[in-house]
Amino acid sequence: MTARRLPQGGEIDRQRPLTFTFDGRKIAGFRGDTLASALLAAGETVLGRSFKYRRPRGLFGAGVEEPNIYADVVAGDALRPNLRVTTEPARDGLVLRASNTAPSALSDRTGMVDLFARFIPSAFYYKTFMWPNWHLFEPKIREMAGLGRVASDQTGPVGDQINHFCDVVVVGAGPVGIAAARMLAQNGQSVLLVDDGSRIGGSLLHRQATMDGLDGAAWLAQAEADLATLGVRVLTRTTAFGIYDHGLIALNQRAEAGGPETLWRVRPKRIVLAAGAIDRPLPFAQNDLPGILSAQAALVYLRRYAVLPGARIVIATNNSTGAEVAQAMAAAGAAVTLVDRRPQASAPDGVTCHAGRSVRRALGRTRLAGVELDDGTRLECDCLLVSGGFTASIHLFAQAKGKLQWDDRRLTFVPGSEVEGLTVVGAAAGQFVLAEALSALPGALGCGTPAPQVESLPYDITSAWPEPGQKGRVWIDYQHDVTAKDVELAARENLISVEHLKRYTTLGMATDQGKTSNLNGLALMGQLTGRAIPEVGTTTYRPPFTPVPYVSLAGPRGGSRMNPLRRLALEAQHRGAGAALGEYGGWLRPIHYGKDASAIETEARMARAAVGLFDASPLGKIEVIGPDAAEFLDFIYYNTVSTLKPMACRYGFILSESGVVFDDGVLVRLDQDRFIVSCSSSHVAGVHALLEEWRQDRFPTRRIFIHNATAETATITVTGPLARETIAAAGIAADLSPGSFPHMTTRWHGTGDAALRLTRVSFTGDLSYEISVRQDLAPELWARLGAAAAQFGGGPVGIEAIMILRAEKGFIVIGKDSDGMSRPMDLGVSGPLKSKKVEFIGKRSLLTEEAQRPDRNQLVGLTPTDGLGLLPVGGHGIDTSGAAPRSIGYVTSSYQGIGVDHPVALGLIERGASRHGEEITIQHLGQRRRARICAPCFFDPKGDRLNA
Amino acid sequence: MQIFSCPFCGPRPEYEFHFGGDLGNHRPEGADVSPEVWAQYLHFRNNPKGIAQEIWLHMTCGEIFAMQRDTVSMAAEPGQPLIPEETRP
Repeated sequence: MTARRLPQGGEIDRQRPLTFTFDGRKIAGFRGDTLASALLAAGETVLGRSFKYRRPRGLFGAGVEEPNIYADVVAGDALRPNLRVTTEPARDGLVLRASNTAPSALSDRTGMVDLFARFIPSAFYYKTFMWPNWHLFEPKIREMAGLGRVASDQTGPVGDQINHFCDVVVVGAGPVGIAAARMLAQNGQSVLLVDDGSRIGGSLLHRQATMDGLDGAAWLAQAEADLATLGVRVLTRTTAFGIYDHGLIALNQRAEAGGPETLWRVRPKRIVLAAGAIDRPLPFAQNDLPGILSAQAALVYLRRYAVLPGARIVIATNNSTGAEVAQAMAAAGAAVTLVDRRPQASAPDGVTCHAGRSVRRALGRTRLAGVELDDGTRLECDCLLVSGGFTASIHLFAQAKGKLQWDDRRLTFVPGSEVEGLTVVGAAAGQFVLAEALSALPGALGCGTPAPQVESLPYDITSAWPEPGQKGRVWIDYQHDVTAKDVELAARENLISVEHLKRYTTLGMATDQGKTSNLNGLALMGQLTGRAIPEVGTTTYRPPFTPVPYVSLAGPRGGSRMNPLRRLALEAQHRGAGAALGEYGGWLRPIHYGKDASAIETEARMARAAVGLFDASPLGKIEVIGPDAAEFLDFIYYNTVSTLKPMACRYGFILSESGVVFDDGVLVRLDQDRFIVSCSSSHVAGVHALLEEWRQDRFPTRRIFIHNATAETATITVTGPLARETIAAAGIAADLSPGSFPHMTTRWHGTGDAALRLTRVSFTGDLSYEISVRQDLAPELWARLGAAAAQFGGGPVGIEAIMILRAEKGFIVIGKDSDGMSRPMDLGVSGPLKSKKVEFIGKRSLLTEEAQRPDRNQLVGLTPTDGLGLLPVGGHGIDTSGAAPRSIGYVTSSYQGIGVDHPVALGLIERGASRHGEEITIQHLGQRRRARICAPCFFDPKGDRLNA
Repeated sequence: MQIFSCPFCGPRPEYEFHFGGDLGNHRPEGADVSPEVWAQYLHFRNNPKGIAQEIWLHMTCGEIFAMQRDTVSMAAEPGQPLIPEETRP
């Protein structure tokens, strides 16, 4: 192909030249060029390699229908992989690499794959490369297939998102879309007009028309001015990519110069679809050679970008638009021959015509050298333009669940049902003659305003579908390298449904979604199986119409904004004390204080010996208030609640309806009608939702109120033998003597800004108090307690130290020392099941065969007996008595003892409660250990320290 | 992105809502409920092609309500209070 830039014409700005590189070669263009038009003008022919056979490929189209040429584009630091070169604006300094080629399009290493084409038809990977092991071949095959590479370290611009509503969205700003938008706006509607091109105009930009006495360009300029006056909002570079339920239409708006894209979610009262139509290729042998372009695309390159695609052009067609293209190319100086399948066809002056003829084969090895017609005539040419007829772009109509019907005169599917709120006009409705489309507009829109007047030639087409048994390699889907033989293979294998055809051959599954291939493919399948095209039907249309980058769909919700961490009121204090912070249950909490993890053991020992301060603020504090609160909580909890005295606490379980322990925690009763559910820090939202669900579904809602006070209350734990002294030294003059403040009770103390609630409850096994205050008062309290603790050799402890202390005491963590099967009896709490009379969540499930099984996994303590150190968490206890080892449970927590001088562990072991003293084998990652089962409590089993 | 209507707040986008199971799956009470009836309550769900009666939660306000949806056409009726106002105790 000897394409060249014409000295005049086009939309390009010849005062603003630019250069970019393609596979290392410098390409000169102008502002206003697309990458494709600049490459074409520079005489570039082979710009890519086909997906499977690695055949050299050139441009075919001029817009979103382009199947062949994609490139990875680097602009400065940013890499955007796999972009269609026909729709990307050319910019100075871009670096392009042809997608899926190695090392480049011109000299791809894997080009000889095409020699083995007969061994790799559709679905070859189900039948070949199996022995000895598919995985030997898989990496190489995957490397050769696939498209652009993503830079894993890249953080691009954040996409923006806009929600919008208006009366009408008009999709497509060609002559019909523009006329429709103007008519609706004149009728008083608020209109949003969108087009995926860099400017509005659609086919007016490359086809000639006289509208209302003006030539296309003049009419367009006038219409643009009118739209502005009428307040129509116009978005260019914007693709309407999907219609979703409840009348939502989604748009992706590209930025002018490669900035972040914007997602528009629009809910109009009405959508007008004026999306136009796409010209099909023709089926003949070697129809994928570089140098073969769509005829309409050639017109775009000629008129918009002043690029004449060849010097000796053959135009092959089956419809009346071929002559229009022939005339344009001849007027631009090319020697043009028209090969028109219609017997009655004629050509314009200066164009040789072969009427009633079609192309049988394209000649040339790596690029087009000529064509051979069906009567044997050979024509030399350097460019072949093909036009197989328009396919209406009904994608959005079909997404909106519109039904299609086959138009046998125009040879395309068109809308065949009514969809509420959606009107299809213009070429998208199969009206390929502009005069027809415009005169139908007022009726379609229900507007009184007259439509523009235009003279058009009629559209005449004869069928030219692929034939069964056609000689040579005939491409159906360029992008996925699917040929007519693949469709025939699918038919032979009885995969004749259009959905099977698609998935078996991958026809229509590439990024172009079959825009130039679907109809030819299903037409051939129809011929192979004796069915008419409408009987074969189409596959389901799904969004997006063209690829949408993830940054648009994610919008601002990326990185740390995906799941924002919750922050403690005392974070500044923890940082000041040198805490290493980490995420626990959605909160950012101190892991330990000081530089390295050796601090964990130090802090734990300090808390056992003297006193430790722990920020327990994320602990759940859900208030349940009202005359029916006690009855409500008796239903919620496994344990009986209503017998709890005011200002007392009780440890309990909340079960799910299947009897599994959902959460544990301490229930505090403040008053007859007032409770605080103090659930696990990581489970607060779940417990709150559970409480609300049962409150609204089962109880008189006006007699119970629930308030989640977790975030507004800070809680500081003071734990250790010197806890009382520390609290007193901090200026809290409460009576902490054991007689007046027993374990598992709570007290109010102080008034106004000094008000706090002291609860004597322990998670560490030592004497322990939790002090709760309004969260903004926490820093002052923390400072006082910190100074007091220091006096006694104590200080702040992080969450990891607390986890060790509670484990050696046998205090479980739900989800760590229990799993999705654990019933309360498995964890050693059977009392309520026997004695509680009232109904509670999960009660019936505890009486099932499964829950009552004697060989269930039960909570136990474990100590290693082989002297090899800590037992591995997740290691399975195994029973080796049978033919194969069988798991009898697993280790759930494992730490070096602090209050005891040996390793401690907790686990869930089959019938564990009746096996204390027994030694078992534990297996983990191929290693076997020995451990003894014991009661799940190593530190202070009598509770002397706890009850001090 | 669908629009559902909370009886308390009115029409809101679907991501503010959370599915809560079938409407009318009443809890069998007592220790002598048969295992089959209890299993039906716990594990079995309707799966209608067409009109479905469902429970939904509007997470923004915490309201749990009943909503009729069509699982084929995706149409959604305005949500209704779980327990009608008149019969609330």
